[in-house]
Amino acid sequence: MTAEAKTGRITYREAMRTALREALQRDERVFLMGEDVGRYGGCFAVSKGLLEEFGPERIRDTPLSESAFVGAGIGAALGGMRPIVEIMTVNFSLLALDQIVNNAATILHMSGGQFNIPLVIRMTTGAGRQLAAQHSHSLEGWYAHIPGIKVLTPATLEDARGMLWTALQDPDPVLIFEHGGLYNLEGELAADAGAVNIDKAAVRRPGTDVSLITYGGTLGKTLQAAEELAGMSINAEVLDLRSLRPLDTASILESVTRTHRTVIIDEGWRSGSISAEISARIMEGAFYELDVPVARVCSAEVPMPYSRHLEEAALPQVRTIVETVRQMVGSRG
Amino acid sequence: MEAGTLIQWLVKPGDAVKRGDIIAVVDTEKAAIEIEVFQAGVIQTIVVHVGETVPVGAVLALIRTDGELPAAGAPVEVKPKPAAPPEAVAKPAPPPPAPPRIEKPAPSKAPQVPSGRLRISPLAMRTAVELGVDLATVQGTGPDGAITKADVERAASKAAPAVAPAVTPAAAAAVVKPAEVVPPARPAVAPADRQAAMRKAIAAAMSRSKREIPHYYLGTPIDMGRALAWLQAENLKRPVTERLLYSVLLLKAVALAVQEIPEMNGFWVDGAFKRSEAVHVGVAISLRQGGLIAPAIHDLDKKSLDEIMTNLRDLVKRVRAGVLRSSEIADATLTVTSLGEQGVETVFGVIYPPQVALVGFGKVVERPWAANGMVGAKPVLMATLAADHRASDGHRGGLFLAALDRLLQEPEKL
Amino acid sequence: MTSSQPSQQPLLERNHSLYLLREMLRIRRFEEKCAELYSATKIRGFLHLYIGEEAVAVGVMQALEPDDAIVATYREHGHALARGVSPGAIMAEMYGKQEGCSRGRGGSMHLFDAATRFYGGNAIVGGGLPLAVGLALADKMQGRQRVTACFFGEGAVAEGEFHECMNLAALWKLPVLFCCENNLYAMGTALKRSESEIDLCLKATSYEVPAWPVDGMDVVAVEEAAQRAAAAVRAGGGPYFLEFRTYRFRAHSMFDPQLYRDKQEVEAWKERDPLNTFQVRLREQGLLEDADLARLEEEAAAEITRAVEFAEAGTWEPLEDLTKYVYSEGARS
Repeated sequence: MTAEAKTGRITYREAMRTALREALQRDERVFLMGEDVGRYGGCFAVSKGLLEEFGPERIRDTPLSESAFVGAGIGAALGGMRPIVEIMTVNFSLLALDQIVNNAATILHMSGGQFNIPLVIRMTTGAGRQLAAQHSHSLEGWYAHIPGIKVLTPATLEDARGMLWTALQDPDPVLIFEHGGLYNLEGELAADAGAVNIDKAAVRRPGTDVSLITYGGTLGKTLQAAEELAGMSINAEVLDLRSLRPLDTASILESVTRTHRTVIIDEGWRSGSISAEISARIMEGAFYELDVPVARVCSAEVPMPYSRHLEEAALPQVRTIVETVRQMVGSRG
Repeated sequence: MEAGTLIQWLVKPGDAVKRGDIIAVVDTEKAAIEIEVFQAGVIQTIVVHVGETVPVGAVLALIRTDGELPAAGAPVEVKPKPAAPPEAVAKPAPPPPAPPRIEKPAPSKAPQVPSGRLRISPLAMRTAVELGVDLATVQGTGPDGAITKADVERAASKAAPAVAPAVTPAAAAAVVKPAEVVPPARPAVAPADRQAAMRKAIAAAMSRSKREIPHYYLGTPIDMGRALAWLQAENLKRPVTERLLYSVLLLKAVALAVQEIPEMNGFWVDGAFKRSEAVHVGVAISLRQGGLIAPAIHDLDKKSLDEIMTNLRDLVKRVRAGVLRSSEIADATLTVTSLGEQGVETVFGVIYPPQVALVGFGKVVERPWAANGMVGAKPVLMATLAADHRASDGHRGGLFLAALDRLLQEPEKL
Repeated sequence: MTSSQPSQQPLLERNHSLYLLREMLRIRRFEEKCAELYSATKIRGFLHLYIGEEAVAVGVMQALEPDDAIVATYREHGHALARGVSPGAIMAEMYGKQEGCSRGRGGSMHLFDAATRFYGGNAIVGGGLPLAVGLALADKMQGRQRVTACFFGEGAVAEGEFHECMNLAALWKLPVLFCCENNLYAMGTALKRSESEIDLCLKATSYEVPAWPVDGMDVVAVEEAAQRAAAAVRAGGGPYFLEFRTYRFRAHSMFDPQLYRDKQEVEAWKERDPLNTFQVRLREQGLLEDADLARLEEEAAAEITRAVEFAEAGTWEPLEDLTKYVYSEGARS
């Protein structure tokens, strides 16, 4: 990117749409299918306008049949297409779990390497919009458990703009989790922003005193917490995982080695979670770098409540992150 | 100096002591330190036992002052005085180079004397090893009093080896203070420097050895058939954790052989051989990071095979952890080195001055062996002796190896 | 949607008839050998034999072109053999050898073969249907005149994926030939004990999918129905549903004591053994001599001997390769 490269105001939603449009333009094999992606314009208006531009063959509204249309995406990928399947929310993706886990993740291996599945599945994840317990969960950590698929969590405009194309180039199934709270995120994005790597974590803010490891919807809160901590002379590093599978263990360990303290911020529940996995990898790979035990800020272990004050209390918040870090670093001699 | 390991008591309960007596020896990483007493009285109770590591200022023993003498007869349990006033505590002597630093104990999070698990972060632990800081003396300021890296670094940065006064007013009737009898310790060294220093020390010792000691070398192949068969049968009776290694047999045999040929056991000092009554056998142990060290198993001739095994295991463990007692390093009376594990068959050793002998063992190998006009395959071990010709002659050396051979033919008597 | 049985037995052509007999015989003898090798512990895992149902796979395959695709179930040895997958590679797969058609990663239930567009061996009942829909979607979107034949048992009609896929395939007019092998038992559960409506064709037609029941014990009837249906599918008429009424003579798997059906029923169906009845018919029409049969038996035996030899001579994949094929070669995991 040159110094004169132009930037423009853009939202996460628009960045995602730009990425979809670019993919549809660049590769005839690419098509988008899912519930209400066409006429409705996408449940979260991500695909708004694309039907008019690309027609109903390539912007396909599907019946409410998650298993069938996700499986059809797998079959179409096997048949030479480059499908992008949109599932409204991660909670609905459970209806397609058979296809994702039993087929998408296994067929390459079960076929002894004969059949790869170049499929991208996008879905919304996360809470914060008072949508209660069937539209708000963060189950991306579950998916990260499954070998054979890749799990991306774009948290920035650059990643919303750039991850899709790279995911489409991947020969294997890639799941992209878009946090519902991010769609209205607005900021500057270079006009020539494009594809980005999908396997490296990124230091969003360098620091020396503590590593705040997060991804997706909690990146913003974590950066804000880091800002507040800076006012208390605590210099926090913020690591955005970007990909939960593969997990960029090297970057995690590097960061921990720099700071010797870690707080993991994850909107998922803590039991059996990706935060637990990260913590375990730190134990395995950087035990002798730790000066205090790893801490986690996760969602309370309840189905997401509707009421605003309860939902807020259930989710990681800036103040809980700040407080956790302050206790940890404050206890330093 | 912030902590030490008690390696020797020179008094026992009931002994009368007077001000200025040396009553114990405490080992630190840098040197052994004699503990002087600053109060007259009778040793009532030994609090810290040999082998324990305690911070500076810890109570080592309770001394009963004259006024507290019980009525004649059976010893009486004397309770420590509650909260002895600080001025009653003896002052360190001689005066340290810097004024004594008073470590304030944390009000509620005082670190425990490390009898149990130490609360320490993994990073702090690693840092302590690198900086050579004794953890027992580090005050933890982390969660629940855990020691953090910063605590270790703070401890390491205390260049002046000040001796801290007692900090346990509640328990002591009297507190003995260690007095430094060595030059002030240098600041902790990094591991690389340490390794270089060790190399240098080995170089100096070995150069001196080859320069000063007229070595002579003898070798005897020993049939290990009986010893190994006995060992195998013996081990079959034991749980895995209590099994013996054959090196234990070798060590014991060496210790018994020097009883017969005492010219091998002792030191060449001031132009004369000084025989040692005690048999402290140094065991050469190579370090993973390079270099070697030959700490002693004390009084090995008087120990059972099980005791030797326990000592050996403990020694290897501590060598690797870097926690040796200075006496172990200093007072070996002869040294044994086994290089069989490396595949060596014959060792031509270099004597550790001022010792006068080094016994080398190679690998046990199957060899044709003729005895009574018959040839058979036997497990054979080459035992060699490098001895100081100033202290002994080849004839005595030969007798020593013969004794060693004979002892190893009767393993059950070892 | 009632009977497709022709009123009169058509005259048969000798060479093709002998070919059909040969194919059924190959499968029968191969499966018998599998049972033997299972007892000899050469084959492990689950083993589901196709004995009794040979006419279905053999008949349907006659209607397919080399470019067409097949999605099958875990009882798929017959389909793979009839499709032209190498018997040696199938046997080696069941041995777990790396020369197997899935490099020993699939076993009996997961035979895959790219060369013949054989997309498995799907062991989740109903799980293969969405794949077939997707493969057909890719063909349709790319303007190819291909058919995807999707085999499944009658047990699958109880799965949501069956209904989702009937609907989606019909809605999008996708070229799928749905081949329901109704052998009356889903493992041990009789159709009438698990379905409120046991007319399976009725279920398909309710989705506007044309459907016909076929005598699955008659290879000629199967072939004829399949030819007609495949032609309609290939012509762009959308999906087609064929219900093949058949019966497995063996137990569900090698662990099944068959407590759920009585011996008389099994014996009654054996009277209609597709190999025997076809042979009788060929003899009646003067198309089959003893010598022909002897030759076919001999060929089948020789083929199986070669397959077993190939499997026996096969090699074990090195353990270093264990995690291969989780992601495509070159792709980061």
